[in-house]
Amino acid sequence: MLTLDGVHTYYGKSHILHGVSIEVKAGEVVGLLGRNGVGKTTTLKTVMGLVRPAQGAVTFEGRSIGGMAPHHLAHLGIAWVPEERRIFRLLTVMENLRTGLDRAGVTEAKRKTMLDKIYASFPVLAERQNQAGGTLSGGEQQMLAIARAMMLEPKIILLDEPTEGLMPRMVGQISEIIRVLHREGVAILLVEQNVPLTLEASSRVYIMEKGVVRHHAPAADLRANHAVIHQYLGI
Amino acid sequence: MAIPLEQILIQTINGIVNGMILALVASGLTLIFGIMDVVNFAHGDLVMLGGFVGAITIAATGNFWLALLVAAVVIAVFGAVLQATTLRPLIGRDPLTTILATFGISLVLQKYAIWQWGPSARRIQEPITGNFSLFYLQYPWYRLLTAVLAAAIIGALYLFLRYGKYGIWIRATTQDRVMAQAMGIPVPLVHTTVFAIGAGMAAASGVLFGPLGGVTQNIGLDFTLRAFIVVVVGGMGNLGGSILASIFISLLEAYAALIVSPAQAVIVSFIALILTLLFRPTGLFVPTPK
Amino acid sequence: MRFGGLTAVNNVSLSVARGEIRAIIGPNGAGKSTFFNCLTGVLRPTSGHIFLNDEDVAGLPPNQISHKGLARSYQITNILPGATVLENVRVAVQSRHHAWNMLRHRYAFPELMDRARAVLDAVGLRSDEDELAANLSHGAQRNLEIGIALATEPELLCLDEPTAGMSVTETLATVELVRRIAKNLTIVIVEHDMEVVMGLANSITVLHYGEVLAEGTPAQIQANPRVQEVYLKT
Repeated sequence: MLTLDGVHTYYGKSHILHGVSIEVKAGEVVGLLGRNGVGKTTTLKTVMGLVRPAQGAVTFEGRSIGGMAPHHLAHLGIAWVPEERRIFRLLTVMENLRTGLDRAGVTEAKRKTMLDKIYASFPVLAERQNQAGGTLSGGEQQMLAIARAMMLEPKIILLDEPTEGLMPRMVGQISEIIRVLHREGVAILLVEQNVPLTLEASSRVYIMEKGVVRHHAPAADLRANHAVIHQYLGI
Repeated sequence: MAIPLEQILIQTINGIVNGMILALVASGLTLIFGIMDVVNFAHGDLVMLGGFVGAITIAATGNFWLALLVAAVVIAVFGAVLQATTLRPLIGRDPLTTILATFGISLVLQKYAIWQWGPSARRIQEPITGNFSLFYLQYPWYRLLTAVLAAAIIGALYLFLRYGKYGIWIRATTQDRVMAQAMGIPVPLVHTTVFAIGAGMAAASGVLFGPLGGVTQNIGLDFTLRAFIVVVVGGMGNLGGSILASIFISLLEAYAALIVSPAQAVIVSFIALILTLLFRPTGLFVPTPK
Repeated sequence: MRFGGLTAVNNVSLSVARGEIRAIIGPNGAGKSTFFNCLTGVLRPTSGHIFLNDEDVAGLPPNQISHKGLARSYQITNILPGATVLENVRVAVQSRHHAWNMLRHRYAFPELMDRARAVLDAVGLRSDEDELAANLSHGAQRNLEIGIALATEPELLCLDEPTAGMSVTETLATVELVRRIAKNLTIVIVEHDMEVVMGLANSITVLHYGEVLAEGTPAQIQANPRVQEVYLKT
């Protein structure tokens, strides 16, 4: 459903992605692992149209999306949950959700259903509906960021390091959320530094190093064989 | 030298009235800056154009209210076209580029106005004549009306931003343009719309100000300058701050005018600007970041 | 180093011996950049001391720290794009010598040009000396950065992610470069690329959540289970 093929991305002259090729099929959870600075976030940003690939192709559901504006991609069904969460701090929780909910084609009834569902999955957000986004704790903001993305009814969510900076207890909750999303048939491209969580949640994993994909295997294989993980991610 | 209380009270009212008109101009300017980092040097000229369009409409129809509406709409549309053609391609470039661009636009608009309408001033007849007794003065009703109208327009803007369907889009884009795009908000369209709103509000102030100060091609600079002072003192991008600052600055000038001539009273505005930049550069009416 | 309510660097103590190559590593958000910025005078530490040759330089502005013998390279390339490669380095050399003589032509100082060329030799850019800095490849620009820092004749050279955005070939070239110049210098390097770190460093300090997690030789760090845990989050 989503493919990157030989993608090269630059920030100015800095050559960050040196020919990245990745594929995510519909409904799949695919992990993207790698140390800091290897280009994982840049890969997601390239998909989301926030940086333009200098070379290579990005296709979604058969159509070429390289260079398309982010707001079109959101309407095509690609949602982005960035590393820093980027909640609209001065908007309330409800208003944050509405940035995704207020779209053409969403009837009043549909809105209600979606809101009810999201509040059921994230009761703490229901509680804090009218609170400003900036007053939420880190974990709550992460949940809001994911809930907000779900308001777009996406076909794929680009999840960038959802567990970063969260307490261990919350990491479990993120795992659960990913499971729920998977059950609903939403594909996920999961960038993470938390190896166990990624191996458990994903069906396949790509490992990046210095702007290229160095290894690609089913998660099961990597769970059994730790040497590869240590080689690329350990010290 | 004792200043009679009545004079102080009268200047307070004048200050508030002038402040409200200025607020109408400044809030548009700060909105534009807040959302797209554009320092619009042509803003005062939009006020001027609004005044002219209003004057023509009144000359043709005799209806002040129609003139107000027409001016706001025409200049709003003009602003949208202007932004889409000249400013949108400059997004992401060095801020200096947009400053130069809007400065250039300002020059063009001024020359256009002279070419189109000649160098003489236009008059706009106020919709309600008549005065009421305020202490020893006869105070025009119209002046109060402008303050009320300006307040109403700003109030409507606030309600729209806070509760309106697209208000969320505007506020989200102002806070985080990139994330707003990622949420499907058509940011380029939002930018154009906000510019149009700012332009429309500027045009409305031009019409409201018409009966008070006349409509001439060079009022643009004066309004731009005042509006900038207000926007800096109130905090760039801070809507509430710009309104408070407008009233604050206008009151300062009004009180100063009791002691010196009105032309010299303008100096206090600049002093306020300098002091703000020195001590509270983020704006006087902005809560200090913790 | 406290930012408002956030303690980004908490009680970090380390000492670097003369002639050592020390790498500072750590996961995202560990406080490496903040620490580095405190060290090089970009940020003023909230508390603590930084002793350079027994002199406390904590809180000094970057230009003064530079005169004390500490130079740094930047993560976002800080070269003068409109000047030639030689010019870029000459300006840095000049800051060390003849800083205030404005009356003579800049080319009237042959010894400055010689020094500048020597630096270019050291970083392998001598053949590009007349090229405009903006026209260099990314890797070459980063190396020019190192050259500019080197030209101020520091005792301590601080490098901030020198291989970021480089291809594998460029990375290898930079590692070679650093190895060459390390002979007469002390170097502190912040890096994410483990191969670079393991290959270059004499000793490594690992930061985590703003504190020192471990310190030791590359072999020791690799064998350290706590470090593995933190990096692999197992």
